[in-house]
Amino acid sequence: MNERTSFWSEGASLWLPPQRSTTAHEIDAVFNFILYTSTILTLGVAAAIIYFAWKYRRRSPLDHPQVVHENKLLELSWVVLPTIMVLVVFFWGFRAYVGTSIPPTDAYEIRVRGQQWFWTFEYPNGSILQGEVYVPAGQPVVFRMTSRDVLHSFFVPEFRIKNDVIPNRSTNVWFEAPQEGTYQVLCTEYCGTAHSNMGAKIHVVGRDEFFAYLRDGFPDQQADLPLDQVGEQLYTSKGCNACHTLDGTPSVGPSWLGNWGRPRPGTAGSPVMDEAYVREAILAPNAHVVTGFQPQMPSYEGLLNDRQIDGIIAYIQELNGVEPTGGAPADSAMTGDSVIVPGGPTTPRATPPTAPAN
Amino acid sequence: MATLTRTAPPSAAAAAYPPGHEPVHNFFHEPGPGPEVRGFARFRAVAWEWMTTVDHKRIGLMYLTAVSFFFALGGIMALLVRLELFTQGETIMGADAYNRVFTMHGIIMVFLFIIPSIPAALGNFLLPIMIGAKDVAFPRLNLMSWYLYLSACVIGMFSLTTLGVDTGWTFYTPYSKTTSTAVLAVGIAVFVAGFSSILTGLNFIVTIHKMRAPGMTWNRMPLFLWSIYATSIVQVLATPVIGITMLLLALERILQIGIFDPALGGDPVLFQHFFWFYSHPAVYIMILPGFGIISELMGTFSRQKVYGYRAIALSSVAIALLGFMVWGHHMFTSGQSPVSSVIFSMITFLIGIPSGIKIFNWIATMYKGSVWLRTPMLYALTFLFLFTIGGVTGIMVGAIAADIHLHDTYFVVAHFHYVMMGGTVMALLGGLHYWWPKMTGRLYNERLGQTSALLVFLGFNMTFFPQFIMGSQGMPRRYYDYPDMPWMEPLHQLSTIGSWFLASGLMCVLINGIWSLRKGKPAPGNPWGAATLEWTHASSPPDFHNFHRTPLVTHGPYDYEVLFSGDGLGGDGHRTPDVRVGVPQNEPSIEDGTRQPTKPTP
Repeated sequence: MNERTSFWSEGASLWLPPQRSTTAHEIDAVFNFILYTSTILTLGVAAAIIYFAWKYRRRSPLDHPQVVHENKLLELSWVVLPTIMVLVVFFWGFRAYVGTSIPPTDAYEIRVRGQQWFWTFEYPNGSILQGEVYVPAGQPVVFRMTSRDVLHSFFVPEFRIKNDVIPNRSTNVWFEAPQEGTYQVLCTEYCGTAHSNMGAKIHVVGRDEFFAYLRDGFPDQQADLPLDQVGEQLYTSKGCNACHTLDGTPSVGPSWLGNWGRPRPGTAGSPVMDEAYVREAILAPNAHVVTGFQPQMPSYEGLLNDRQIDGIIAYIQELNGVEPTGGAPADSAMTGDSVIVPGGPTTPRATPPTAPAN
Repeated sequence: MATLTRTAPPSAAAAAYPPGHEPVHNFFHEPGPGPEVRGFARFRAVAWEWMTTVDHKRIGLMYLTAVSFFFALGGIMALLVRLELFTQGETIMGADAYNRVFTMHGIIMVFLFIIPSIPAALGNFLLPIMIGAKDVAFPRLNLMSWYLYLSACVIGMFSLTTLGVDTGWTFYTPYSKTTSTAVLAVGIAVFVAGFSSILTGLNFIVTIHKMRAPGMTWNRMPLFLWSIYATSIVQVLATPVIGITMLLLALERILQIGIFDPALGGDPVLFQHFFWFYSHPAVYIMILPGFGIISELMGTFSRQKVYGYRAIALSSVAIALLGFMVWGHHMFTSGQSPVSSVIFSMITFLIGIPSGIKIFNWIATMYKGSVWLRTPMLYALTFLFLFTIGGVTGIMVGAIAADIHLHDTYFVVAHFHYVMMGGTVMALLGGLHYWWPKMTGRLYNERLGQTSALLVFLGFNMTFFPQFIMGSQGMPRRYYDYPDMPWMEPLHQLSTIGSWFLASGLMCVLINGIWSLRKGKPAPGNPWGAATLEWTHASSPPDFHNFHRTPLVTHGPYDYEVLFSGDGLGGDGHRTPDVRVGVPQNEPSIEDGTRQPTKPTP
């Protein structure tokens, strides 16, 4: 996967990222046309300033220049020529906008949901992915987007697409990526604490591969990793880092460091933080809200599989210097289980929490 | 009372001053307590006099002090923001602190610094003098504007420093509805500051219409006043909308009325329409007065009639009016209808044309002139270059297709800093150096001034030019960190280092000002050989009533040849104060050793 890792990556210019969608070149053409004419204009202005400032520099305080009378033709020229220029730019920008903003009717539709501070993607067959999405190459794809809380904006620089994501409203972006690769999604509408961590990855894969994934489940990139490393990766990829620190300081939520094995007084008694407690906190976070925090965390039911939850538990245990206890061994790789098909077997419930929610 | 008890200082030159124009007679000291009042009583009397003054010059200077303070404060916030971005991850603060700091930077710079900066500070000081009046039309209303502004500052600073606000200066809903920070208090501050702005605008419009001296026709008005006039129209018409918007936001937060919050059935995009219906015209409140200053500087320092006077004057008004019809270009990706996006894009391009005309006219003003590269002119030329870049990148983000890619990235950040800082702030700095001798009666250090201009120019470009590249490469704005784009780091570092150069340049300006007040040489009445009334008919600093006689205006603001052929008489046959070029008020030469012409040349 040729994910961008350096400024001078393949296909990138000084000004623009690589073109990785079929419509990117239309937008780049407008950008480059304005860039070149602007550069010429700006250099012309700079040259005129320097030339005049030198040529007509004051040689003596007694300088007594002759009055220059206005030249109507000159003035008219610098009204009419810029007008023609900006009208050209307007129509070009307008045509490129129309050409790139209307999704083709045969586009493959994926529903996108933005919320503080992650993206989820739902396929027509009900599969849900979080923080990453697989799309087929050479096929127009339209993202129908909505937000669950505040405004977000869905931006993929390599595809030159962007649109705000608004609660109670559906907006869309579409693209057709001709070649395989991995691209970064960014949130460009300020949405609070972890705005800058609200990313996702778009994996463009071959058509056959894509439909195979859709049928059999998407690949689990973490299948070969030990549990605690699974948790460490999930900490950032699933947006846990937005609210939970690793250094013991409370943020939006409690820190992952320093509370293991201690009672956590809150809305549902004072359970001790153990494996079962963490599992419930992930799947039903608002059943027990620790004193001093708001019931703000969304449920990760359906977004994390069992092994991922075990990974997070193992990671927290490792952070707190506790010997990891349970979880499936790394070799029982459950490839494809990041997909949860509604109606299929539900996620096994956690062991009963010590203080069940009333 | 004071004039009875005070005498001019015993100097040899003093005899040359016309009665009532001795250097001691100026608005700093008059009316003032008599010399018999001493010690703390004197301090109290002077302080009370400044606090209750209705003199436009004193109010202007108080505004100048306040906006300088907020510029420094907002600048420190900007330095913190840049420093945080110097390395990936946490550098000096956490995400929540960062969000508060950039919000504070935006709110302070927009509402407490840049909007009142030129109109309320320089405009208050200069407008009445430039049209030959004693004061603005409603001096008490002027004082009230000042106190409204001051209350807004107090409310704003209190809420920004206690709870803080983390919404960005745009207060977009529903985030501003749900956040637990002090949106309400800051909304009140914006509301109150808005009233200050409206009253100042109203005052200026009436003053320009009704108080011009005999002979000061519309076509003889300095272009600075044309731009202040256009600005005032926008202030009066647009500012109520931000007041209403803040009020609706407050109603929604307090009474849970669904206006903007989708959870209550409101429409978040409606907020953006309301907000930009004010805030786009507000962009012209910020930049138009800057245009005015540049016109003055280009004329005076080229000693040449400003090319296309009428085109510049009327394009200011055209920009002010067209400026009301382009707000939707902030919302091309917001989900507004594509048809309105297209219309807004079209009008946006039309508004680019008057700005372009101005640039060409200013450059043409230097043609066959006598270009004097003093500090104010260096800032003016910096303006021309930076504003051109700001303008052409505005064309880029105005083209819908390109804006889809560029919207809400660093490209936009760089664009509006080139316009606001490269434009308005450069003009303000130029104007400040230009009118400093008039306002304070002291000359500043020319070499330090030129050093500051150079540092600011280099630092500014080093800070913001890399941001164009970062933005078009995809760096979103308002990011605390860039975990997904680690390869951006070198550009961020370049930008941060640039911000230090920029800050040191601005520090030079501050040091220069303090030095000038303490040690600067007394300024001549007309050190630049300008032809507008504040230079030709008023001493430095001006008298309490600006002029001893109402000036009779017989020539245009840029008729520099009159200064050379004139007989030193005002149009009414009276001798003007000794402020003709060539007859320095109290120095035979100005500080750089250039002798001013001592007699009219053929």
